[in-house]
Amino acid sequence: MNLLSGLLLVLGAIGSLLLAFAASDKVMTFHAVLLLAFFAIGAYLVFRRKPAASIAGYQDDVIRAGAIASIFWGVVGFLVGLVIALQLAWPALNFDLPWTNFGRLRPLHTSAVIFAFGGNILLMTSFHVVQRTCQARLAGGWAGWFVFWGYQLFILMAATGYLLGVTQGKEYAEPEWYVDLWLTIVWVVYLLVFLGTLWKRKEPHIYVANWFYLAFIVTVAMLHLVNNAAIPLSLTGTRSYVVWAGVQDALTQWWYGHNAVGFFLTAGFLAIMYYYVPKRAERPVYSYRLSIVHFWSLIFLYIWAGPHHLHYTALPEWAQTLGMTFSVMLWMPSWGGMVNGLLTLSGAWDKLRTDPVLRMMVVSVAFYGMSTFEGPLMSIKAVNALSHYTDWTIGHVHSGALGWVAFVSFGALYYIVPVLWQRQRLYSNRLVSVHFWIATLGIVLYITAMWVSGILQGLMWRAYDQLGFLEYSFGETVEAMHPFYLIRALGGLLFVLGSLIMAYNLWRTMRGDLREEVDPMATPAAAAAAAS
Amino acid sequence: MIKHATLEKNSILLTVLILVVVAIGGIVELAPLFYLESTIEEVEGVRPYTPLELAGRDIYVREGCYNCHSQMVRPLRDEAERYGHYSLAAESMYDHPFQWGSKRTGPDLARVGGRYSDDWHVAHMIDPRAVVPESVMPGYPFLADTPLDYANIADHLRVNGLLGVPYSQAMIDNAANDLKAQLDPDADGAEALVGRYPKALVRDFDGNPDLISELDALVAYMQMLGTLVDFGAYKAEGPNLR
Amino acid sequence: MTYETVSAFAQTYGLVYLFVLFIGVLVYALWPSNRERFERAARMPLQED
Repeated sequence: MNLLSGLLLVLGAIGSLLLAFAASDKVMTFHAVLLLAFFAIGAYLVFRRKPAASIAGYQDDVIRAGAIASIFWGVVGFLVGLVIALQLAWPALNFDLPWTNFGRLRPLHTSAVIFAFGGNILLMTSFHVVQRTCQARLAGGWAGWFVFWGYQLFILMAATGYLLGVTQGKEYAEPEWYVDLWLTIVWVVYLLVFLGTLWKRKEPHIYVANWFYLAFIVTVAMLHLVNNAAIPLSLTGTRSYVVWAGVQDALTQWWYGHNAVGFFLTAGFLAIMYYYVPKRAERPVYSYRLSIVHFWSLIFLYIWAGPHHLHYTALPEWAQTLGMTFSVMLWMPSWGGMVNGLLTLSGAWDKLRTDPVLRMMVVSVAFYGMSTFEGPLMSIKAVNALSHYTDWTIGHVHSGALGWVAFVSFGALYYIVPVLWQRQRLYSNRLVSVHFWIATLGIVLYITAMWVSGILQGLMWRAYDQLGFLEYSFGETVEAMHPFYLIRALGGLLFVLGSLIMAYNLWRTMRGDLREEVDPMATPAAAAAAAS
Repeated sequence: MIKHATLEKNSILLTVLILVVVAIGGIVELAPLFYLESTIEEVEGVRPYTPLELAGRDIYVREGCYNCHSQMVRPLRDEAERYGHYSLAAESMYDHPFQWGSKRTGPDLARVGGRYSDDWHVAHMIDPRAVVPESVMPGYPFLADTPLDYANIADHLRVNGLLGVPYSQAMIDNAANDLKAQLDPDADGAEALVGRYPKALVRDFDGNPDLISELDALVAYMQMLGTLVDFGAYKAEGPNLR
Repeated sequence: MTYETVSAFAQTYGLVYLFVLFIGVLVYALWPSNRERFERAARMPLQED
């Protein structure tokens, strides 16, 4: 097995060396060199190391690496978001250079937060949850590490590509054909590692969190393959043309785009909710039966919702109606899941007062409820006519992305780091509280600013004066956005600060430091004893 | 061992069930778009991009213009007055990928062609706030100085042809010449170009005849956006399914 | 293939098919003999690491 994987890596190294010489553009040369480094180092490691003496117990090293990568990419992604928010407030910050303009940095931000931060969180937690709930070691030996480093390489090639002007021009699917192919390989290995671990499980039943992870992995593979189908200009160049065109491409794209939300940012993170909330609250999920109905109805309904991104466009009206109908229906399973997560705490609500990590997780579920209510509302055509093309959409996305996805990820990180580094507790629970409040304030500033600017701009676009002429030029509506762009940037700044506090806190935790403070999680009697 | 096999089967079964359940919605919504005749109604005038326009579109995609500009006018009263006739599916039928966009930080560009002079576009791309003081658009001064790389422009046409865009062999063979001819009304090939691509605009777009720049291509692309269909002659026909 | 034929099919057989699927999920989730299995499953995250 080791020999085979070593040989494959050597073959990969030779292939990427050839590609580096044959490449017809500079970015391809650069990326071929990155691939070469990946394969060469991989082959070296595989051949140098003897098979591990003990393969008993869980494979936690790759999860620890995932935790560090998540923290790193999270901070980077939020920071780029802050930069582009500032660019919209002060356009001089684009510096008039190709690689610093908003058009190239915005995909960098979205990919960094969704795929780099979110993706690493999903890799890390899925490897953790599947081992713990199957009571089995991660399958495939080296494969887990291949998935981890292969995924980091995907991020690196995608991100540097954007900055150098290599993009497919499809939102949230900007990486070019060869980066897409690389991700496909990594993803197939990921699926096999996950399934292989399920096959080794000791329990006959597969815990529901793993269902959500499996749906995430399988569906993202399907979406990725169909949406990114492309023909390259040459096998040694970066540029390709997407197979789909016009109206068919539009729906394929938003079928992909909305389900990147539905399966990457929802199903995967619901898996996190279904494991870490019960774990942290120390009680089983409120209703396991509800979680099953939640699962099937959520994955079935979500896939239909894409056309609501194309209301009043040249997409046939029947497709728009279908998209709207299913988006409204989607409200039900979403709230079913939210209720299931929140009521898991019934009988343990007092823990919210004492445990800031649990508080973070619970508030994330509340944000999930809020944005899954707002989503169906915005998918109604009459509302969408106003909200579409405006900042309201941006605000909606961020209430889900910051409030739900990021907060539940922070909760998982705060749980996982002390456990995997075998520390008694976090370095500081007080700092978790500070992070919580500063980030919450940031989110509130962000989404309220975007509500106001979005609705304001939507109304200004359709405002008429007394003589029946359009009241505002487009430029005037842009000018009116300025104060809200400042408030949004301030909210983003607070969120970045919060993530830096988290990074510091987790770094000290990894080092094994303990800040002297009253442990809020201790019982009142113990706390009183410790204080005296 | 039998027990182990059934366990394995369960997770495979779960995987297959998930795939079946998530495939339904996509199939029902996507597949008919390729087969229903009413999806794209036929319209006079829509033609493939000229090589220069295609190269300009490439730069539009590269710089991520779709992040802030839509190319899809909705059938709403204010949009018709601000941008023009609502967009037809046929108008983007040769767009790989589509550039309808999802956000209007800047205005819609579906019908920007002919709205402004070439000089305005050149000044605007070099310093947007010189012509629109309230704009938040980045400046793209480097486009005017960067030579357009069109060495493999024929490949661009060929691959689009493979994907169903009706580029003829003559169009592919003459791609590089056509690209140059579109920038020079006195060129030998200018007439043949317009023969191959009706309504193609032939002139030096960036005001600098000494250099075939990326800005030439981008302005050529923007100046043709939304100009192909003659809406004076267009009548919406058939049942209103769109 | 016209819009009318597709929509007529979807609005009849399609509706019935989806409804049956949903009932199937409900039956599986609420089937009395599954209760014990699910309760056991719900406790899986609480096992010692």
